[in-house]
Parts: sequence; structure tokens; C-alpha cells
Amino acid sequence: MTNGASFTEKAVCILSWGAALTVPAVLCTLMGFLLWRGVPGWSLALIFGDTAPLNALLRGAPVFDGLWPACLGTLALVALAAGIAVPIGIASGVYLAEYARGRSRQVFSFCVDLLAGIPSILMGLFGFALILLLRRTVAPAANTGLLLSALCLALLVLPYLISTTRLSIEGLPQELRLAGACLGLSHGQVVGRILLPAGMHGIFSGVILAVGRAAEDTAVILLTGVVANAGTPSSLTGKYEALPFHIYYLAAEHQSPAQLTQAFAAALVLLCLTGLLFAAARLLHARLEKKWKTGTTI
Amino acid sequence: MTPPTNRLAERLLFCATAVSAVTVLAIFGFLLWFSLPVFHGEALASLLSWQWRPLRGEFGILPMLAGSLCLSVSAMLLAYPLALGICCFVHGAGPVRAARPLVIAVRFMTSVPTVVYGLVSVFLLVPLIRNAFSGSGFSWLAAGLVLAVLIIPTIVLVIDGQFRQVQSGLGLTGVALGLAPIQQLLRLTVPLSARGLGVAAALGFGRAIGDTLIPLMLAGNAARPPHSLLDPMRTLTSHIALVVATDSQSLVYGSLFACGVVLFLISLLVNLALRGLRAGHD
Repeated sequence: MTNGASFTEKAVCILSWGAALTVPAVLCTLMGFLLWRGVPGWSLALIFGDTAPLNALLRGAPVFDGLWPACLGTLALVALAAGIAVPIGIASGVYLAEYARGRSRQVFSFCVDLLAGIPSILMGLFGFALILLLRRTVAPAANTGLLLSALCLALLVLPYLISTTRLSIEGLPQELRLAGACLGLSHGQVVGRILLPAGMHGIFSGVILAVGRAAEDTAVILLTGVVANAGTPSSLTGKYEALPFHIYYLAAEHQSPAQLTQAFAAALVLLCLTGLLFAAARLLHARLEKKWKTGTTI
Repeated sequence: MTPPTNRLAERLLFCATAVSAVTVLAIFGFLLWFSLPVFHGEALASLLSWQWRPLRGEFGILPMLAGSLCLSVSAMLLAYPLALGICCFVHGAGPVRAARPLVIAVRFMTSVPTVVYGLVSVFLLVPLIRNAFSGSGFSWLAAGLVLAVLIIPTIVLVIDGQFRQVQSGLGLTGVALGLAPIQQLLRLTVPLSARGLGVAAALGFGRAIGDTLIPLMLAGNAARPPHSLLDPMRTLTSHIALVVATDSQSLVYGSLFACGVVLFLISLLVNLALRGLRAGHD
């Protein structure tokens, strides 16, 4: 072996040890700081402020300095966005995996990739432009609000849903399709009765990922109707609060150390939420892979 | 013979698929339509200048374009070697037992919301920079460092997937040739993964240039090109967020949508590059 080669090997070793130590160290520092500043803020008052929790939960009593309205806002936003995006995303993934052929397949795949690559702020700007257009044409009173944000978030997460559905179905073993054909099923029946149920774990993991992505995104809602003080969301076209925006707002505009502590505690809540969602998605995905790699049947 | 219900189902599925294509076209159409007023004559000259002074009617977006490019290139310069290092560590340069926890840590990083990185950095990194150097701390340096942390998992997961695929076919060959793990990595895996390395770079860059929150929270948002790492700067993305929140003149909006068009074209270029890389693979 030449000296040059061993020098490269040493350099790569140093680089990779350096990277493998630096990145987790940075991550631990960030998370440690978040825990240190955030954990003291964890209490029921963080969520409900001065209002009694049961009153807020059951009778809809207004909560003034807690996270409750922001949590409800995020929940409504994510539910609406998922309601729009999940059916379209799954249908589209199935079409690309099973029906599209030749040129149309290439064109549509490219569009999905392109949509996935579009920065989220442009989705927000698109929603904003939509409102500008509505104001100039049919509805002069149109304004940004919950439904618009949900629509834009749905467009943002659509490509994730499409590609996970598509990959889950395309990754299924060929034998399943053959078995369907042997049973005399039509293509539609093979897709609906065999492939979709078999790929369900993977598709579901895509749904969870999409929900996590919709819950954490701030850039889209920044342009489409989120505000700092709106109370609990009351109508589809009204303004609303959301968890990530609340954190962003407090980071810039906090007026007391207590508010700052609330921001860190809220960040911790959001992190736990997205962390759990991602872990669940991972688990489902792993299960899908294991099921079809080891060859066990349904 | 296809039964009619099947044909109907297929049509419905087709319509769902058309949604993404229509969306992409609609986004581009809207951005272009709303930015048309600034694409001719004097307005265009004003748009392509280095001055952003809306009160005096000067709407130059070049500082923001420069800011976006500087920031994402610098974040890539930091993140790419680190990500590559992590992948080498996982695939042969480091101990086998440490590989799995490291990958799990990186996967966890993908789930951290951007706003959390932003919040922690505003109160941890920015004061550090402020104390170590002069100025406010909100700077290119702060945004670049955090943006690098944000895009590392994207790059790592793509390269890791590629390495895994290449190595699954090569493991025995490498052993049979008597190569040590690190030799196998450097002589076989890396050279055979060139395209995956390119795809990772393109995806990482796309992620970096499209991020809004990190530059918005950390870069200081001064609308002029940065002259040093400690200068504040503004990117196209944070420019859009800031201006929508504060202004309402129509020419301001025009320049805003022009920023949108530029961002759209950049992500189109990134995607064409990805397509080229993947087509070469097939």
C-alpha cells in the first residue's frame, strides 16, 4: 500500500470521527438548552393560563394567557389540511404506481417532484395571491383565514403523501399481483382488495409524516392568516392562532421572562408532538418492510 | 373488457393526480401574473438594482438574491462535508456499534421543527456571537450555522440510502478482495455512489434556499448584501415574509411576486438537475 492511500484513509477517518462527534454534540447542546429553559414552564397553567382547565375543555371558557387557543388552532389546521390532502394524495399515489404509463407517468412524476421542491413560503404566497385575486373579482371582502391556510398546507404535504403511497405499493412483491390475477380479479380489484390493504402500513406512515410536517410549518401560515391573539378558532374563514407561530412570535416580541419561558415550554410541547409522530411513522414503515421482506403472508 | 366502475375509478384517480400538475402551473401562473407590472421599463431597472427603499420607490431585489445564494452556499459548504463524514462513519470508518445510534440521532433531527431550532439559537447562539465578536449577533454567521444543522439530516439520509444500496451488492466482494471496511468504503462504495452524492447535494441546496424561518429569525434582515460573516442579511424567503406583513403598496407587491418567481425558477433548476442525475442512473 502506498503512503498516499493511507494518508487519504487517515484524513477520512479524522473527518468522519469529527463529524460523528460534532453533530450529536450540537444536537445535545440545543436540546439540553431547550429542556433547561422549557421544563420549568411545564404546568397546567402553560396550557390553560388562569382559566380552570375543566371550564375551558367542557364549556369553552376563553383562555387568555395559555397555549390552549394555539393548540386548538394547530389541531383544526392539521385536521383540515389532512382532510383535503390525504384522499387526493393516496389516490394520486395509487394512480402513479398502478395506472400511469409512459409519458404521462414521467410528466406527473416530475410535477410531484417539483411540487415537493417548492419552498413553503411560495405556498403561502400562492394563498395570499389567491385572496388578492378573489378581492379583485368575486369577493371584495375576502381575507386570509383558517381554510386558506389549510388549503395551502394541504398542497405543501401533498407530495409526501403521493410519494410514500407510490413507494409502498410499488415495493410490494410481484407475487401479490400474480396471485390476484390467478384468482381472476380485475386490475381494479387487485389494487383495491390486495395492494392497498397490503401497503396500508406504509401509506399510513406517509399520512403521519404529512401531519407532522403540517403541524410544524410556520412559513405558510405566516402569510395566510395566523395571528398572535385570536382566541379559539371559531369559523373557517376567521383568523386563528397556531403553536409554531406562537413560538416564533414570542421569540421576537416577548415582554417578560415568563413569556419567554412559555415560548420554550411551547417549543418543547411542539417537539414532543412532532417527535412522537415521526417515531410512529418510522415504526409503521419498518413494520411494512419487515412484513414483505421476510415473506410472511397477510 | 374493463367494467365501467373500474374505468370511473381510474378517471377519479387521474383527476387526483392532475391536482399536483395543476397546482404547480397555478403557482407559477399566479406569481408571474402578479409580478407582470414590474417586468418592464423603469420598474424592471428598479427591480434589478441593489437598493431596497420602498418609500422612495426603489424596489431592488438583488441584495436579497445575493443573500439567499450566500447563505445557502455557505450552509452547504459546512453541512455537506459533515454529512459525508457521518455517512463514512456509519459505513466503515467508525465502529459498527456506534453506527445505529448515530443514524437514529440524525433521523430524530428530521423531526425537530424549524421554529425550535430558531428559538434555541436566538437565545443560545446569538448571544455567544454577540459576546465573542461585536455587533448584534444576528448575522450571516448565525443563520448559516443553524441552517447547516437543519439540512444535515436531508443530506445524510440520501447519501446513507445510496451507500446502503451500493454496499448490499458489494459486501462479499469487498471481503473477498481482502479490503478493510474503510478501504472498501473509499475504493468501492464512494466511487460507485457519485450520482447519489449529487442528488444529496441538490436536495440539500433546495432545502437550504427554500427555508424561511432560520434567516428570518437569525440573519438580522437588513436589506443590503453582506460584506462579512458578521453582517446582517436578508434572503428572498424572509423578504417575502417581512414585506407581506408590513407593506401594502401595489408596486411593493409586484416586487414581492418577482422574488417568488426567482425562487420558483431556482427550485425548478434544482429539480431539473435532480432529474438529470436520476435519468443518468437509469
